[in-house]
Amino acid sequence: MVQNARRKALTLALAGTALMMVSAAKAQGALVLYCSVQEEWCRPMANAFEKETGIKVSMTRKSSGETYAQIKAEASNPRGDVWWGGTGDPHLQAAEEGLTEAYESPKMAELHDWALRQWKGSQGRTVGIYAGALGFGFNTKQVASRGIPEPKCWADLINPKLKDEVQVADPNSSGTSYTMLATLVQLMGEDKAFDYLKALHKNINQYTKSGAAPAKATSLGETTVGITFMHDMVTMVVNGGPVKVVAPCEGTGYEIGSMSIVKGARNLDNAKKFYDWALTPAAQKLAEEAKSYQVPSNKNVIPPPQSPKLADVKLIDYDFAKYGSSAERKRLLSKWDNEVKKLPK
Amino acid sequence: MRPSTRLLYLLAWCGFGLLPWYFTEGMGLASLGWLSGYPFGKGGSALALGLSGAAPWLLPGGAMLLMAGLAWPKQDEQRAASILLLAGAAGFLLFFMQGFAITLRGQGIPWLAALFGGQGAAQAGMGPGALVTIVGMLLLFCHGLAYRGFCRGDVFTCSMIGLLILMIGLFIFFPVVTVLKGALIGEAGRVDPGAFLDRFLDSSIWGLGCLTRDVSCGVAWNTLLLAVLCGAITTLLGLASALLILRTGMPAKWLLRALTVLPIITPPFVIGLALILLFGRTGLVSNFLYEWFDVPRTRWIYGLPGVLLAQVLAFAPIAFLVLIGVVQGISPSLEEASQTLGARRWETFSTVTWPLLRPGIANAFLIGFVESMADFGNPLVLGGNFEVLSTKIFFAVVGAAHNEGQAAVLALVLLSFTLGAFWLQQRWLGKKSYTTLTGKGDAGLPTPLPRRVSWLASATVIPWVILTVVIYVIILTGGFVKSMGRDYTPTLEHFLTGFRIDFSRGLYFEGAAWDSFFTTVKLAAVSAPLTAIVGLLAAYLLKRQTFQGRAALEFSTMLSFAIPGTVIGVAYILAFNVPPIEMTGTGLILVIAFIFRNMPVGVRSGIAGLSQIDKSLDEASATLSARSATTLWRVLLPLLRPALVAALVYSFVRAMTAVSAVIFLVSAEYNLATAYIVGRVEAGEFGLAIAYSSVLIVVMALGIAIIQFGVGERRLGRRTTESGPAPVVAGA
Repeated sequence: MVQNARRKALTLALAGTALMMVSAAKAQGALVLYCSVQEEWCRPMANAFEKETGIKVSMTRKSSGETYAQIKAEASNPRGDVWWGGTGDPHLQAAEEGLTEAYESPKMAELHDWALRQWKGSQGRTVGIYAGALGFGFNTKQVASRGIPEPKCWADLINPKLKDEVQVADPNSSGTSYTMLATLVQLMGEDKAFDYLKALHKNINQYTKSGAAPAKATSLGETTVGITFMHDMVTMVVNGGPVKVVAPCEGTGYEIGSMSIVKGARNLDNAKKFYDWALTPAAQKLAEEAKSYQVPSNKNVIPPPQSPKLADVKLIDYDFAKYGSSAERKRLLSKWDNEVKKLPK
Repeated sequence: MRPSTRLLYLLAWCGFGLLPWYFTEGMGLASLGWLSGYPFGKGGSALALGLSGAAPWLLPGGAMLLMAGLAWPKQDEQRAASILLLAGAAGFLLFFMQGFAITLRGQGIPWLAALFGGQGAAQAGMGPGALVTIVGMLLLFCHGLAYRGFCRGDVFTCSMIGLLILMIGLFIFFPVVTVLKGALIGEAGRVDPGAFLDRFLDSSIWGLGCLTRDVSCGVAWNTLLLAVLCGAITTLLGLASALLILRTGMPAKWLLRALTVLPIITPPFVIGLALILLFGRTGLVSNFLYEWFDVPRTRWIYGLPGVLLAQVLAFAPIAFLVLIGVVQGISPSLEEASQTLGARRWETFSTVTWPLLRPGIANAFLIGFVESMADFGNPLVLGGNFEVLSTKIFFAVVGAAHNEGQAAVLALVLLSFTLGAFWLQQRWLGKKSYTTLTGKGDAGLPTPLPRRVSWLASATVIPWVILTVVIYVIILTGGFVKSMGRDYTPTLEHFLTGFRIDFSRGLYFEGAAWDSFFTTVKLAAVSAPLTAIVGLLAAYLLKRQTFQGRAALEFSTMLSFAIPGTVIGVAYILAFNVPPIEMTGTGLILVIAFIFRNMPVGVRSGIAGLSQIDKSLDEASATLSARSATTLWRVLLPLLRPALVAALVYSFVRAMTAVSAVIFLVSAEYNLATAYIVGRVEAGEFGLAIAYSSVLIVVMALGIAIIQFGVGERRLGRRTTESGPAPVVAGA
C-alpha cells in the first residue's frame, strides 16, 4: 500500500507525536473489525477507536448476511475479532450456532431495555447497539399524480389503485423484509397476515434483493411506495428526495442492530475494549455525523433530530427469540415461498 | 541424469534444507523478526525441523528426495527414469498427505497423523520451502516421464503439463469439491441423498409455470434462456463489427474500435445504473416518450429485457476481441482462389469464409453464454422478478435463509449447463482443420464483404453503437452533476469525496477511494501477466501436444469460468482458510482467484489462434533442432499476439472489475475498488459510484493502451493495396 507507507513516512517526519502514536499502536496490538453498517459510519468508528486507544484497527465492511457467511466459513480458524452493526437476526443466528462469544460489558447498565433483551435472549452473545423501526415511504410526486390519499397504514398498501406500485425486498434474501414478515404475523396473527401478504402481492412490482433498495427506487420515482426501515427512507429525505416517511398506524416491528465478539478471536482483549467503547455515548454519537438515523442503544445519547421518534411509533412487542430462531424462520420463509410468491399476479 | 534434472534436484534440496518451510505471520523482507532461531523455530527449514524432532512427519518426504539422488550418477536413462518416477511420486504424495493430516489442533485426519508420528500435533500453513520442495518433487517425476519417452521425450513439455495439472487441481478442483460437498449434506450435517434430491427437483428450479400461467418459471430455465440469447446476440454483434472493421471501407472505424473496448472496461453495475437512468420509469428516454408521444411509462427494463440489454452491452466486446483475431487470420488467398474459380462474393463468403470462421464463432458464443451465466452485477441491479442462478446462489449463501445446501445444488445446476455448452461446442467443431496461417507467403488481399452482408452488419452494429454512446454520455456526465435524474447542477463534489489530494503537507491522498484504488491497480497489474502466461501455456499444451487425458484437462480449464464468482469466493475461503494452504486475508488469494477465474479466456483465445497456425511451422522449428520452449517463444508467441493481447486485456480488466468472486475475499488490508463501489450503490450514492467508475474506466483505457503498445501487432506478410510491392514473406 503505497499511500499508506507514504502517509506513515510523512507523519513520522512531520510530527514527533505521530511517532509516539505509531509505537503506541504497536504496543497495543491490533483489532480486526467486521462492520455491517454503511462505510460512512464504519470508517469514523474505526478511526475514533484507533485514536482513542492506539489499537490498530483493520476494518472490513460487508453486509450482515455476508459477514455471517464469512464468520461461519472461517469458524475453524477465525480471522475477525468483533462484528459490529447490521440487523440483529444474523447476530442471533451466529449466537445460536456458537460462532460468537458471551461477554458482559460494564456499560450494560446504561443501555435501553430492548438492547438488554437482545443480550439476554442470546445468552450474552450479542448486544443491541441501535434500533430502527420498520415502516414505509412514498414518493410524494407519484402519489399526487395518481390522485390517491397519502398512505398511512399497512391496510392502505393493498389499495387496488396501487397495483404494481409497491416495492419490498424478498424475505429470503433480506433481513429487512423478513422483519416485515415476522412483524405482520405478530401484528395480525399468522392466517390474517398471509391473507394480507397475498393481497399485497398483487401490488408488488418487484421483490428486490437488498433490503434498502426500495428506498432508492422510491426516491427516484421508480416505485410509488417502498417498504424499508424508516431510517433508510430518512436518508433519502435528507438527500433531498421527494419522499415522505410513514410509521404504519396499526403498529410496526423493529430491528435491533447488534454487536458480537467472534468466538476464538485472536485479539480477545482488544475486542472487549472495542465492545465497551462502542456502547459509550461518545461512540454512539458518531452515527448522526454519518447520516445514520437509527436510535442509539445508550440511554444517555440524544437521538438525532431527523430520527424517527420511537416514542411516536406504535411498536409491537417483537419476539426476537422466537422469530430469530432458525426453525421458525425456515418455516415462515417456506410458507411465504409456497403461498405468496408462487401466486400469479 | 540430464543437467537440467540435476539443477532441479539441487533446487528441491534448497527448498527442503534451506528455505523456511512454513508460512508465518509477518513474513517478509522488511523485518526479519520471524526468522529468529533459524534454522529452527517458526521460520525454520524442513530438514532442521525434521531432524530436531519438532516436525518428524516431514522426514519421510525428505527420504524420498534423498532417494531420487540415486539417479544422479546414472548414465542409463531408463534406470534413472525408474528412480525419478518412484521417488518423485512418493515424495510428492507424502508431503501432501502430511499437510492434510496434520493441520490445526483437533482437525485434519487423525489416523493418518498418527501414522506420520504427529498425533495431536499442529502445524502452520505451507510456506516457500514447502512450495519449492513439492513442486520440485513433481517436476522430478515429470522428468522421469520424459526420460521414458512421454511428450516425445521433451522435458519442458512434460514439466509444464505436470505443473498445469497441479495448479488446476489445487486452485480449481480442490475448492470446488469443498463447496459442492455441501450439496450432499443434509440439515443434520450428515450425507443425505434424499435432501439432495428434494433440493435438486424443487419447482423453483425447474418449474414451467410461466408457459401456462402468469407466474415465473424455474430459475434454471430463466438462466438458460438468458444465456442462449446473450451468447447469440453478442456473437452476432462481435462478428458484425469485426467484419465491418476488417473487410469494408466503413468510415470512422476508430470510433467502432473505441466503442467496442469501452464496455469491457466499465465496472459492473454502472451499465445497469445508466440503463435505469435512461429507460427506467422516470428515466430520460421514458420521460421523453411519455411527454411527446404519450407512450405510457412502464418498468419493462426490470427483468429479462433489461438484463439481456446490459449483458449484451457488456459482453459483445469480448466476442469482438475473439472474432477479430480469427477474421484477421483467415488467409485471403483461399478466398482469392475461390473467386478465381468463378465464385461470386456471396458464394465465396458462404463456402470459404464462413466455414473458416466457425472456431471463432463457437468460442465467442461459448464465452458469451458462460459470461451471462456467471454474471452477477446486472441481474442484481436490473433483474426485477426475473431470477437467475448466480444471484440466487449469492442470496442462498448470504441472504436471510442462509441455505448453503441449496446454494451448492444451484451451483451444480449452473455448472452442468456451462459444461453442456462446452461439450456441444466441441461436437459442432468436430475434428476439422481450420488452419490458415502457414509458413508459405500469402499474397492475397482480403475480399471485401458481399453487399448484403455488409448492410446486415451495419444494421446490427449502428443501433448498438448509438446506444453505447448514449450510455457513456450518461456515465461520464453522471459524475459531474449533483444527482443524475433529479438535479443536474454541475459539481465536482463526487470526485473530491473520492479522490481529493492534499498538497498542503506534501502529497497526501486524502480521498476515501484512494486505498481501494491503489490496491486494485496493483493486484490487477500483478495478476494480468500471470494469467496470460498460464492461459496461453495451457492453450499451447492442449492444442500442440498429445498426451493422455488432454480432453479432460481442456475441460477442467473451463471449469472455473463456469462457476459463478460467488461460489468461487466461498469455496476459496473454505479451502484456503486453514493449513496446509492458508492464505485468506492476503493479497495472494486475490491474485490466485483472478488467475484461475480469468485464465479460460486466455486458453480459449490461445486455442482459437493456434488452430489457425499450421503445425508445419512447429515442425520446421523442431527440424532446425529448436526445443519446444524455443519454438513456443520464437515462432508461436509472435503469431499469437492477438491472443496475448486478448488474454492480457481481459485479465487486467477483469481483475479491476470483478465483484462476486472477490466480495468474500477482500480484507481490511486488501479492499478492492468494486467492493467499494458496490457499497456506494447500496448506500444510494450513485454520484460517487459513477465518478469512481469513470476514473477506473480511464485507468483501464490507459492499461489497455500500454498492453497494446507493449505487445505490438501481429505482422503477417500480406499486401495491403493493389499496387503494393511484391509479395512479402510471411511470418513475423
